[in-house]
Amino acid sequence: MRGILGWGVHLPYRRLDRTAIAPVAGTGGGTGTRAVASYDEDTTTMGVAAALAALGREAGGEDRGVRGSHTSGSQASASQTIRTLWFATTAPAYQDRTNATALHAALRLPRTTPAYDATGAVRSTTAALDAALSAAGTGTHLVVASDLRTGRPGSADEAAGGDAAAALLIGDEAPETPVLAELTARAGVTEEFLDRWRAPGDQTSKTWEDRFGETRYTTVAIEAWNGLLTAAGLTPDAIDVLVIAGTHERAAKSVLKKTGVPASRLHDPFAATVGNTGAAHPALLMASALEGAQPHQSIALLILADGADAFLWRTTEALAAHRPARPVAEQLAQSGSVTYGRYLAWRGFLPVEPPRRPEPARTSASAAARATDWKFALVGTRSDDGDAVHLPPSPFDPTPHPAATAEGTIVTFTVDRLAYSPSPPVVFAVVDFDGGGRLPLELTDVDAGEVAIGLRVEATFRRLSSADGIHNYFWKARPVRRLDQRDH
Amino acid sequence: MASHGIKDRVAIVGMGCTRFAEHWDSGADELLLSATGEAFTAGGVTKEQIDAYWLGTAQSGMSGITLARPLELEGKPVTRVENYCATGSEALRQAAYAVASGAYDIAMAVGVEKVKDSGYQGLNAFPIPGDGTARTVTAAAMFSMVVPAYGAKYGVAPQEMREVLARIASKNHANGARNPKAQFRKEWPVEKLLAMPRVAGELSVFDCAGVADGAAAAIVVRAEDALGYTDKPLYIKALSLVAGNGLPLGDPAYDYTTFPEIVAAAEDAYRQAGIADPRRELAMAEVHDCFTPTELVLMEDLGFCERGKAWQDVLSGAFDLDGELPVNPDGGLKSFGHPVGASGLRMMYEAWLQLRGEAPAERRIGTFGERDLALTHNLGGYPGEMVGFVSVLGTRLG
Repeated sequence: MRGILGWGVHLPYRRLDRTAIAPVAGTGGGTGTRAVASYDEDTTTMGVAAALAALGREAGGEDRGVRGSHTSGSQASASQTIRTLWFATTAPAYQDRTNATALHAALRLPRTTPAYDATGAVRSTTAALDAALSAAGTGTHLVVASDLRTGRPGSADEAAGGDAAAALLIGDEAPETPVLAELTARAGVTEEFLDRWRAPGDQTSKTWEDRFGETRYTTVAIEAWNGLLTAAGLTPDAIDVLVIAGTHERAAKSVLKKTGVPASRLHDPFAATVGNTGAAHPALLMASALEGAQPHQSIALLILADGADAFLWRTTEALAAHRPARPVAEQLAQSGSVTYGRYLAWRGFLPVEPPRRPEPARTSASAAARATDWKFALVGTRSDDGDAVHLPPSPFDPTPHPAATAEGTIVTFTVDRLAYSPSPPVVFAVVDFDGGGRLPLELTDVDAGEVAIGLRVEATFRRLSSADGIHNYFWKARPVRRLDQRDH
Repeated sequence: MASHGIKDRVAIVGMGCTRFAEHWDSGADELLLSATGEAFTAGGVTKEQIDAYWLGTAQSGMSGITLARPLELEGKPVTRVENYCATGSEALRQAAYAVASGAYDIAMAVGVEKVKDSGYQGLNAFPIPGDGTARTVTAAAMFSMVVPAYGAKYGVAPQEMREVLARIASKNHANGARNPKAQFRKEWPVEKLLAMPRVAGELSVFDCAGVADGAAAAIVVRAEDALGYTDKPLYIKALSLVAGNGLPLGDPAYDYTTFPEIVAAAEDAYRQAGIADPRRELAMAEVHDCFTPTELVLMEDLGFCERGKAWQDVLSGAFDLDGELPVNPDGGLKSFGHPVGASGLRMMYEAWLQLRGEAPAERRIGTFGERDLALTHNLGGYPGEMVGFVSVLGTRLG
């Protein structure tokens, strides 16, 4: 039995109100909101957040293993069991080099665990998922899908898109790692037709006339759908939850009518809240569907992207006991707004005047390579007597001290309106972490007015700056936001 | 192991200092020629008579050639030194120790910084290739964290803290207004300073030192030779330097109301000089007021008052020109700006003028004639990660 062992989702904190678009752009927009990656997020950083959640690691907790039960310390962590890491996106931070290696470093995966990119198309996620599901007997694969969806100001893509990452842990049934949703059938159709495209180097996509894509996608999707039902020996009424993720909004609606599944069983496509998150969307919706599912239900996942892919899952008894880190519902509810002007500036569509300070220098590749654990995984050290934690690590300490999933408290802070930042002002705080250690670091996902001494924060992996095409990744802190007040 | 110091073994016999300003018409070369020229004249020596030179500059040039080239020095040992914003003091320290060692009879310390050619506002450090994890906030932001920390620890309300800081700025501007070498020569009443917009934490631009170009120089000789150059030498009583290790930044016990490096440097300097009660023994102090809260904390770290009391002494005028212990009688970094390599020597230049009775009457310290020791304090870095320097200079041996 092979299937889903766990999942994790990262929704960026900011939401853009679509009604704010037309007054500025003169066209476009709509109703509802879309998720917006912060200026310091990219598909790699969002992927790290989702992957950490999939491994059961949320701020304030030890690594909880894939089941949500506590394992003994970080060395026995779930990350040590990952045999392959897949990273899928249409918006890679780098080309001509692997982006998954940054996730590999942030998750502290074993050196022998390969990290692969599947990039370029929304269907890349299907490729990674297929590879992971097909690899029975090869251990646990972590599929991280992350996307940053943009469009020209006023375009349909701008309004309909959303930014997010979601990770699915795929593996075989084992006592420590029960399958939560078993893959019971799989079908797919591939067809060459042009619906959307983007020339290499362009920031936004173009689309063909709507009706052509709708026609083609409806045809291939129903072909795949029928193939799935035949393979499973099921009729549409046996499907408890239908998840449709696709690059073509109208086609997704047309397909629903032809599946024979009642519309009431369609999982919310998150169009009104998050937007279509492209390569991340199949994994995001699947994660959300699992969070709402009961044991022994059938969930069908239909993906429309350059053909159609259909997966049928059967949830297991183990699902009842699973407690995901960072539930989707919680992240949907915990959000802050971003103005359209700031959104445009963040995406580079509105080049605003930077502070009169030098831009950061490019990061040294060799210096970064010497500090991988610190830079990518926030690993400090603990002193010989165990009393002191040093962030950054001290060469005199014997023990590594991972701090990436620790929560902390703001001791003091300041708002710096002089420092260079892609999105001034810089909010900077001295943070005491619960597990020991103090680190002065930048805050993010926060408005200057809501910072206070005593505020609880968590570490978050971000892109501090880019220079000469080199992205400088490191950790910031952001307020802990939860629906309930779980103790820590 | 001990810090013995060189009390009364070396004397300053000539000094020079340019005006600190936006010198659009002068580069580092011109500033160096100006400051050294004034010092040569004051000491009555030529550049050939100086045996060795130390040049302090943070980023206006590299190597001793930065000084040897504009001065056209021939066959002279010239060393460029850098120690953050304490660079100018470090140059004097090296020159003084070289003379004390007997290696040279006469040496010169020069400090210069050409800041205003960068095209950016404020001071900006040279980028050193790194792993990208170093902090990138400004010095203003780092020092601004002192304000709420101090207020909370000693029960000073935020509005009162603002008044204390404005009082410090107002005092230094009042002194600078009486100094023709200062960058800013206008008085600023407390009420106007309180109305300024904030740029970093609670700090306004007027809580920050200005940005200026400048140079300063000092000639040092063995104490026994001093009277051959001037009838009013300044004897070096103490030179102390501490480079912090950055550990307070990661220490949960550090509370941003003190600078441990300064406390250590001051203790060492007072021991070298034999000072027991600095507030009553010193005639004046020049301190590194890069930001107003820095000066506030320094009053306590340098032992001028008890912990938690500096804010009251500031408000009562204890550190005014006519106060118990005049602090920054020349106007400080606040009025002078901060050409990094020059500031430490500029502070000594004010001690040179004041202790020798050469400061103009309107800027003369109230302690003149009663006491004859001056302290200069220079720092570089941030709270928790700092280079601290303290010197004591005096007009009498013993």
